[in-house]
Amino acid sequence: MARTILVYAERRDGALRRVAFEALGAARRLAGDDGTVHAVIAASGGAAAGAAEDAAALAARGADVVHIADDPALGAYAPEAYASMLGAAIEAVRPDALLLGHTASGRELAPRVAAACSAGHIADVIAIHKDGEGDDISFTAPLYAGKALQRRAFAHGVMWVVTVRPNNLPPAEALPEGGKTGSVVELRFTAPTLLTTLRGIVRKTSGAIDLAEADIVVAGGRGVRSAAGFEPLQALAKALGGAVGASRAACDAGYCDYSMQIGQTGKVVTPKLYIACGISGAIQHLAGMNQSKTIIAINKDPDAPIFSIADYGIVGDLFEVVPLFLEEVQRLRPIPD
Amino acid sequence: MKWVVLLKQTFDTEEKIYFTEDGIREEDVKLIINPYDEYALEEALRWKEQLGGEVIVVTCGTERTHEALRLALAMGADQAIRVSSDGIPDDSGVLADVLAAAIAPLQPDLLLAGLFAVDTGSGSVALQTAELLGLPHAGAVVKLSIGTAAELGIQPGDERPYALAVRDVEGDQETVALPLPACITAQQGLNDPRYPSLPGIMKAKRKPLIVIEPAELKPYRPLGEALIKGQPPAGNSGLLAESDSYFVPSARTYRTQLSPPPPRAAGKRLTGSPAEQAEELARELHDVLAEALDKK
Repeated sequence: MARTILVYAERRDGALRRVAFEALGAARRLAGDDGTVHAVIAASGGAAAGAAEDAAALAARGADVVHIADDPALGAYAPEAYASMLGAAIEAVRPDALLLGHTASGRELAPRVAAACSAGHIADVIAIHKDGEGDDISFTAPLYAGKALQRRAFAHGVMWVVTVRPNNLPPAEALPEGGKTGSVVELRFTAPTLLTTLRGIVRKTSGAIDLAEADIVVAGGRGVRSAAGFEPLQALAKALGGAVGASRAACDAGYCDYSMQIGQTGKVVTPKLYIACGISGAIQHLAGMNQSKTIIAINKDPDAPIFSIADYGIVGDLFEVVPLFLEEVQRLRPIPD
Repeated sequence: MKWVVLLKQTFDTEEKIYFTEDGIREEDVKLIINPYDEYALEEALRWKEQLGGEVIVVTCGTERTHEALRLALAMGADQAIRVSSDGIPDDSGVLADVLAAAIAPLQPDLLLAGLFAVDTGSGSVALQTAELLGLPHAGAVVKLSIGTAAELGIQPGDERPYALAVRDVEGDQETVALPLPACITAQQGLNDPRYPSLPGIMKAKRKPLIVIEPAELKPYRPLGEALIKGQPPAGNSGLLAESDSYFVPSARTYRTQLSPPPPRAAGKRLTGSPAEQAEELARELHDVLAEALDKK
């Protein structure tokens, strides 16, 4: 079956997020060979040049039409402006499905758009299935942060709204050389008068990678013993281009900010490599990270539950092991003189 | 001021999940108020204590949710409403419509909910409800102030009620101003929820806990203007006033399968001195480390 799919290609700090390409890859599969994939990106005046480059990148990876919405109200994320932009894109494209990343903004735009369009919403999707011989599509989403998995499907005749979890679906590949690349068009859009207004932004993560999107996560638990105890973890994460997370015990003890918490409360992460340092492995923490590809546990307590799910376990002092491991990492790529 | 809190009862996060033929076993499971909803409730109680008014908690569920509603009343809520989930399909869109129909007649100044529930993790119902009710929202709020636009320094001389919310955006913090009525979703760090006091528990027994059957709901009008223009009215929102009967919308999504996650076994314990362990670990992880270093 040929479908028309619209992808919200989210940008952050003036660049497309990786999850935008993952959503695009999913859209390609859902559209089928005869279907059409549209993408929409938000831009604002001066930054529109970057938007053109991003649009070209999407067109080269399988978007048949990329719509650029250019409006001053889209300069910074504003739910009403962005939701209205998606509303305008839906009117222009009349898609069978809208795909977004399950990110801070994607997960609040999706329900608003779904409700406004009487569409169904399946959230936090980690896998897409074509069932049986026919063309029935179902979506896997975790329950209880991954203690269970459910598959969901859409009722006949409704529009689909799907948010996909970063790091789980294969990103769209570049089209073969000589293939037809998509076109770039302007989306006619005028922002409504916004009720909600942005008063200020405090950047606490400048340059840091978002926990949910990081390939490598180094996480600390009660065993780090203090805020300063996170320093060796930060050094390791930095060396590997990863992000630092924490268990609830570390957050509750005040060693770090709640925005770093991984678990059933907090964030669910699925990186390629998860290094748990001084984390015992409470059930609610394990739920938030046990779908990581490779798990390393470093803990003094040989009976800590974290070892039961770790691919590699080291019984030892994190303050001793982590710096030694960092040295090994640095040995792999000596810093040029 | 009327403070309405959306509340969901969930499994305790320390509970293991056991699968039966019918799905997930619910007997003998410790149930709690979804932790994020508890932040929302606590925030409503604090603002009621400062500015007065009434805190109403609303849920959709079975009779078992009365435990959570009584707890909310013991913490200080004035009234609890349960829309019976009998005949309500498991779909976020349907739930949002049912909740919007229950909430619209309450005319809330502020609708509060958790950022997401720890069972589905989707964070969809509250914002679909906000959309159906025509309320603007601020999501993932970690600090909230309520007052007039003038008091909050938003607009001198403007006496309209506003919320000033600091929200967590993937670690960064953003401050937004929005006029009431509005909706906010609570993120961890917003407050430390209180424990109910003994007098609170005693008082809760006499507070109203109202059960509404879906058939008793009425079509509703949005409280504010639709935020996404050009779309036909959804669900029961915007139905003509003369139409008096509410219909439960049909499910837009449904579950086709439920399964435990793929099992994960313990791997290898590394031995030797810390230096040897670190070396072996780096050897075992060579490919993933090399890929990460190349990407940097």
